[in-house]
Amino acid sequence: MLVEYLPILIFLGIAAGMALAAIGASYVVARQRPDSEKVSAYECGFDAFGDARRQFDVRFYLVAILFIIFDLEIAFLFPWAISLGQIGMFGFWSMIVFLAVLTVGFVYEWKKGALEWE
Amino acid sequence: MNATYLVHSRPEILLACLGMALLMYGVFKGDRSFRTVSWIAVLGLVAAGCVLSAVSGPRALAFGSQFVLDGFALFMKWLVLIGSALAIVMSLAFNERERMARFEYPILILFATVGMLMMISANDLMSLYVGLELQSLSLYVIAAFNRDSTRSTEAGLKYFVLGALSSGMLLYGASLVYGFAGTTNFTALAALLDGSDGKAPGLGLLVGLVFVIAGLAFKISAVPFHMWTPDVYEGAPTPVTAFFAAAPKIAAMALTVRVLVGPFGELVHQWQQIVIFVSIASMILGALAAIWQTNIKRLLAYSSIGHVGFALVGLAAGTEAGVQGVAIYMAIYLVMNVGTFCCVLCMRQYGRAVEGIEDLAGLSKTQPMLALALAIFMFSMAGIPPLAGFFAKLYVFLAAVDAKLYGLAVIGLLTSVVAAFYYLRIIKLMYFDDAKESFERPVPGEIGVILVGSSLFILLFFAYPAPIIAGASAAAKVLFPG
Repeated sequence: MLVEYLPILIFLGIAAGMALAAIGASYVVARQRPDSEKVSAYECGFDAFGDARRQFDVRFYLVAILFIIFDLEIAFLFPWAISLGQIGMFGFWSMIVFLAVLTVGFVYEWKKGALEWE
Repeated sequence: MNATYLVHSRPEILLACLGMALLMYGVFKGDRSFRTVSWIAVLGLVAAGCVLSAVSGPRALAFGSQFVLDGFALFMKWLVLIGSALAIVMSLAFNERERMARFEYPILILFATVGMLMMISANDLMSLYVGLELQSLSLYVIAAFNRDSTRSTEAGLKYFVLGALSSGMLLYGASLVYGFAGTTNFTALAALLDGSDGKAPGLGLLVGLVFVIAGLAFKISAVPFHMWTPDVYEGAPTPVTAFFAAAPKIAAMALTVRVLVGPFGELVHQWQQIVIFVSIASMILGALAAIWQTNIKRLLAYSSIGHVGFALVGLAAGTEAGVQGVAIYMAIYLVMNVGTFCCVLCMRQYGRAVEGIEDLAGLSKTQPMLALALAIFMFSMAGIPPLAGFFAKLYVFLAAVDAKLYGLAVIGLLTSVVAAFYYLRIIKLMYFDDAKESFERPVPGEIGVILVGSSLFILLFFAYPAPIIAGASAAAKVLFPG
């Protein structure tokens, strides 16, 4: 049983070995001559504007979550649309119920003002 | 798939549709609809209970045997519905005074309840997880409901992070079980493990079972997976804590019983050791850690950890009498908790809630009725006869003794003596210490009604225990066919 997993273990070993070799070789082989320009953050050629660890608006998070929800909806819709011929009325109505539930949530967030930026 | 399948899940469907309808009503009406939405939600929970009681007949499977409705599910669903309905009623006055009367509150409780009913009826590791997540996600939001309070948001975040961890463990265990057994269905697992093929269960399956138990122990906040409980109970708004301590715990306990006794019933010798350890650890920690607490909600958190330990004594027995004991324990625990938290909700001075145990000093002089009610609940939690809490402990310990778990029963008795110390300390504070500032009066009407009702239940349980005992007995019987 476990023997069947041996190729996966070997694969993991090789992957880890390759990664370590690539990182290690750059330390051993390459010339290391850092200066302040080289170690500073690279931001499209000009000086960095500010710290990378700064707060950002929670609304980005909201938009990202909304995106994921509707992205997933599409991910469910494609296989459903392809197999609609085989799954019959029950399959059809299952998805309609799912979409209706999603619409309730969408109306809620719209009324709550989650889609307005200001 | 045919429509008769939907019959068995009518309460869940009813509550889910009601939740969405109320969400639409509330969002168009705004937060002034808080009271209306709350009462409609309570009515919906009552209606779900009526629909549930209309169900008759033996065990029924639905949705490709993902879902089971049997006597055990009926009993536990009743408890959960009562716990959720009372939680909404208890929150009314508090939420309005604390300016968190937003209509989403009862709706989130409704969705959490749907998840809990689903958990109780789960007959597959898949439906178990779906129910558990629906419940947990609603609870994470509710814990952080008072979002302007740092403690409440901290409670929500902590609960979310640790809850996600436990879900991860549960899923890992479930995937191991699936990998080694080839099925996630409880009925199929039970048939696979009944030993008729003469083979011992594989080690991988047992590892999976241990991970599943770890995930479930997290949800019932049993030691060593209890870390989140005190912080979340203290940080969350008081009505939310009252809800957390009752319905979700009952649902998670029902789920644990069903998973261990149902599909893994034949592995009783394997999981019995784990349950015994978890039970002893919870009872000891619940008894000792609560002694030093100064915050009443934190104290009740440790107390609930201890109570889970006592309930697990019944499960550790692994017998029909043990499961009956767990069911009785959860029913009585529900009432004691609701009553105690009603008292905590009454602790308000100068327009804000206070939570210090010291604030109760001399309560018997300023508010004798409230002090009497709290004393009844504390005596009951300590397990002093003839109050209901005594019978709760009696049945689980009897089951443990019948199963020859003498050590477990003795440790249980000793820890309940230790735990009695902090319950009695509250009574001593209220009756023998000098009076401090009195609490605000009057007590809101609905809180008063719940207080009187639950005190009477606790006081008079010994006189008429038949309905609960018979219900629990019928619930336990279906899990042990033949």
